Amino acid sequence: MKFGIVVFPGSNCDHDCYHAIKHVFKKDAGYIWHKDTSLKGYDCVILPGGFSYGDYLRTGAIASSSPVMNEVVGFAKKGGLVLGICNGFQILTEAGLLPGALMRNRGLKFICKHVPVRVDNNSTPFTAKYGKNEVVDIPIAHADGNYFADAETTKRLEGSGRIAFRYSTAAGAVTDEANPNGALLNIAGIVSEGGNVLGMMPHPERASEPELGSVGGRGVFESIISALS
Amino acid sequence: MKITDVTIKEHGLTIDEYRRIVDSLGREPNLLELGIFSVMWSEHCSYKSSRRHLRNFPTTGPHVLQGPGENAGIVDIGDGLAVAFKMESHNHPSFIEPYQGAATGVGGILRDIFTMGARPIASLNSLRFGSPENKKTAFLVEGVVAGIAGYGNCIGVPTVGGEVYFNPSYNGNCLVNVMTAGLMKKDRIFRGNASGIGNPVIYAGSRTGRDGIHGAVMASDVFGEGGEERRPTVQVGDPFAEKLLLEACLELFKTDFVVGIQDMGAAGLTSSSVEMAARAHTGLELHIDLVPRREDGMTAYECMLSESQERMLMVVRKGTEEEVRKIFRKWDLEAEVVGTVIEGGNIRIMERGEVAGDIPVKFLTDDAPVYDRPIKRPLAQDELNTLDLKKIGLPHNYNETLIAILSSLNVASKEWIYSQYDYMVRTDTVVCPGSDAAVVKIKGTNKAIALTVDCNSRYCYLDPRKGGAIAVAEAARNLVASGARPIALTDCLNFGNPERPEVMWQLTEAIHGIKDACIALGIPVIGGNVSLYNETSGVSVYPTPTIGMVGIIDDLKTHTTQWFKGAGDVVALIGETKPGLGGTEYLSVVHGLERGDPPDIDLSAEKAAEEACLKAAMECIILSAHDLSEGGLAVALAESAFNPRGSIGADIDYDAKGLRADEGLFAETQSRILVTVREKDVARLKAICKDSGAPLSVIGKTGGERLKIGSFIDVPVNELKEAWAGALGRYLAAHAAR
Repeated sequence: MKFGIVVFPGSNCDHDCYHAIKHVFKKDAGYIWHKDTSLKGYDCVILPGGFSYGDYLRTGAIASSSPVMNEVVGFAKKGGLVLGICNGFQILTEAGLLPGALMRNRGLKFICKHVPVRVDNNSTPFTAKYGKNEVVDIPIAHADGNYFADAETTKRLEGSGRIAFRYSTAAGAVTDEANPNGALLNIAGIVSEGGNVLGMMPHPERASEPELGSVGGRGVFESIISALS
Repeated sequence: MKITDVTIKEHGLTIDEYRRIVDSLGREPNLLELGIFSVMWSEHCSYKSSRRHLRNFPTTGPHVLQGPGENAGIVDIGDGLAVAFKMESHNHPSFIEPYQGAATGVGGILRDIFTMGARPIASLNSLRFGSPENKKTAFLVEGVVAGIAGYGNCIGVPTVGGEVYFNPSYNGNCLVNVMTAGLMKKDRIFRGNASGIGNPVIYAGSRTGRDGIHGAVMASDVFGEGGEERRPTVQVGDPFAEKLLLEACLELFKTDFVVGIQDMGAAGLTSSSVEMAARAHTGLELHIDLVPRREDGMTAYECMLSESQERMLMVVRKGTEEEVRKIFRKWDLEAEVVGTVIEGGNIRIMERGEVAGDIPVKFLTDDAPVYDRPIKRPLAQDELNTLDLKKIGLPHNYNETLIAILSSLNVASKEWIYSQYDYMVRTDTVVCPGSDAAVVKIKGTNKAIALTVDCNSRYCYLDPRKGGAIAVAEAARNLVASGARPIALTDCLNFGNPERPEVMWQLTEAIHGIKDACIALGIPVIGGNVSLYNETSGVSVYPTPTIGMVGIIDDLKTHTTQWFKGAGDVVALIGETKPGLGGTEYLSVVHGLERGDPPDIDLSAEKAAEEACLKAAMECIILSAHDLSEGGLAVALAESAFNPRGSIGADIDYDAKGLRADEGLFAETQSRILVTVREKDVARLKAICKDSGAPLSVIGKTGGERLKIGSFIDVPVNELKEAWAGALGRYLAAHAAR
């Protein structure tokens, strides 16, 4: 099994994802340059966090038209597992692989902190190792994480269990106080209709080693590894 | 163009300095040459007022691979690895345009680090703003913080720590000091040397524009009314361009193409080319027409003096030009050959095939003026140091006093600020902002480094020598309290106008203090920065010699944080509380006074306390350790109780031992560290302290939901935390930039 981590100009968490896969979970990993036109040999593609193209247009907008994204779209359509973290989530919405958009945080500022996140659907390839409604600590670090979609879309997401993660209290209550950025329905992560594409604002790679203060993100990688095994 | 007295003055040069230029050259300089002299001889680039005094610093030690004089200092951390670090100021630009001023400050220090061949792994900052009541303060705080966040977050280097203070002396001149550390292989150090006659000079990165022309001269002058009108001298940052430049340079460093490299910081193309030639004792010929530009019609003068950001100058091995360009092209960056290394030691600027300027490099560097400026202790200093405690009444309610100090902006939580910084990217940050020092692990080893920035400028104002020594001692103590052994420091000396003898007295005294502490504690200075002329309308900032220090933790699991870990642990104090309240936060907040003698610093007692704490940490018996600083014992206890994972109270059996109650609670006696250990380890801690010669008193136990200190303080920890945690956010919400 091999993970491919896409490197866009301005990707920052590419090394972190590589480190997590390679050294924490001991799986094979490689970098994919954004101008590459083949994903051959990869079983899971990760779009890492960062500021692709400086986020100078809309977050993720320019990266979504990088050459490699044609391949990523094709890979996803064939059922390949695609994980977009933070800027990667933003790129997935811009590329049309996930619905909705990520707007500026309601407080208008960048927020970096550990937050409790509730696993709403533990039957996806990215969340199967979590318990249903388990609350885990995964840090966020973004200025544009305020998830928005029209009412029909959110209704569909909610009705079909496509909300994978929601911001909640430590006890698992989905409240406005527990919502760090104003995201609709406290959405922290959603999956595609086929369930094989996950976009999430929290950074599971930052919560995979105990010395970093939390291992709440391990479940995401362990679930993928289990799904691919 | 004829050089007139007005032209000379506009370039920030004195008539005497101009005569010196004419004498050296044996002719009048043309305008381009005058411009080059003016920036190279500016205080910012030449250190002409401070240079003779800086020679006193110890700069060598077993870990030092590169001392002062390069873009950054470098220390050996073992395992074939090295850490490059440095701190720089961006004070003047940040006051004029806080977002871009602070952002480009971050960009500049990052380039200083990666130009040495290191990947930046952590940044810190030390910020000083005017009094909270000043109408510009909130605007500057918001802008500076957003600028640091905007640049640092985008480029993906975690901002892991810092300090923020408010004082009226910064009303007209905020301070923005930024520090970055980078990791490298110790046998892959790159330096700013233009060696090898005939080697090509390559310009890489963003194009040159008309921004920032004369920034170094601006940073070497005092502000008057209307300083904001200098906005065109502030550069605009592009962190995305810098991220590309960083990745391209690091890719280039894996090859053997590079002979020397330097970033274009203050004084841009001028200082980078001149300094590289000076270090290698060579000359450079630059073809100014080949410099990539943002707009047509730029003169050689503008190209040489522009401070456009995200640019690098390098000398590469002849014949590798195309390979080098290929790497930059991969990252969508330009890299152009703009000149050649030549014999003869001159910097020669060619424009349209003709010599536009030709100056011996030596005149610009070695022959730059060095001033022995007059020094005079201020007449008011004695009066300032008097404090009659008999006239200072004791508080009636110590709970309220503690809450008042905890909610003063100098002591209050800085989470409003650091939550805007990505302090976790790179997945190495083991101790996040909020504890004594940041701890950043080194992947592939068991090691970590700890980093801190410190200075109490109020102490420096009252006694710059003590204040300078205390800044070093406190930085070391913060590292030790995190379980790290201090190995080297960088300094950023922010002072007023050196043409005032009283400011020179502050500067030289502070340098003495820093030197004394460095020698006593065995910590060398491996680089730094001097920022003078921090003065507006005749008011100087408090002398602020900020210390940035790095320490090593050999085994990550021995690191410590300041927070109580559980109930039933023993609270102990390493060090002794002495009488005196001069210069304390308590005196300022509660009594509105900034006077008296600041706390004494006994460097042998300091060494003993640090040795004891570090030894205990390495034996893994320390559960928490916290340096006592502003607000003294009571504040340190409260801060230790504010564990982010859930507050933990303490019951302290307080005995003032002949001190006034406010001294016992709030004195800022140096060389004290508050620790907690398990009951079973108390005897061992006592033995360690005895061995090191550090006094130790067991003062209480952790547990419960209240902080109780003798008969004076008894208050729920959550009430204290509420006052402390929200103060800065409440202040900024109430004073939001209008």
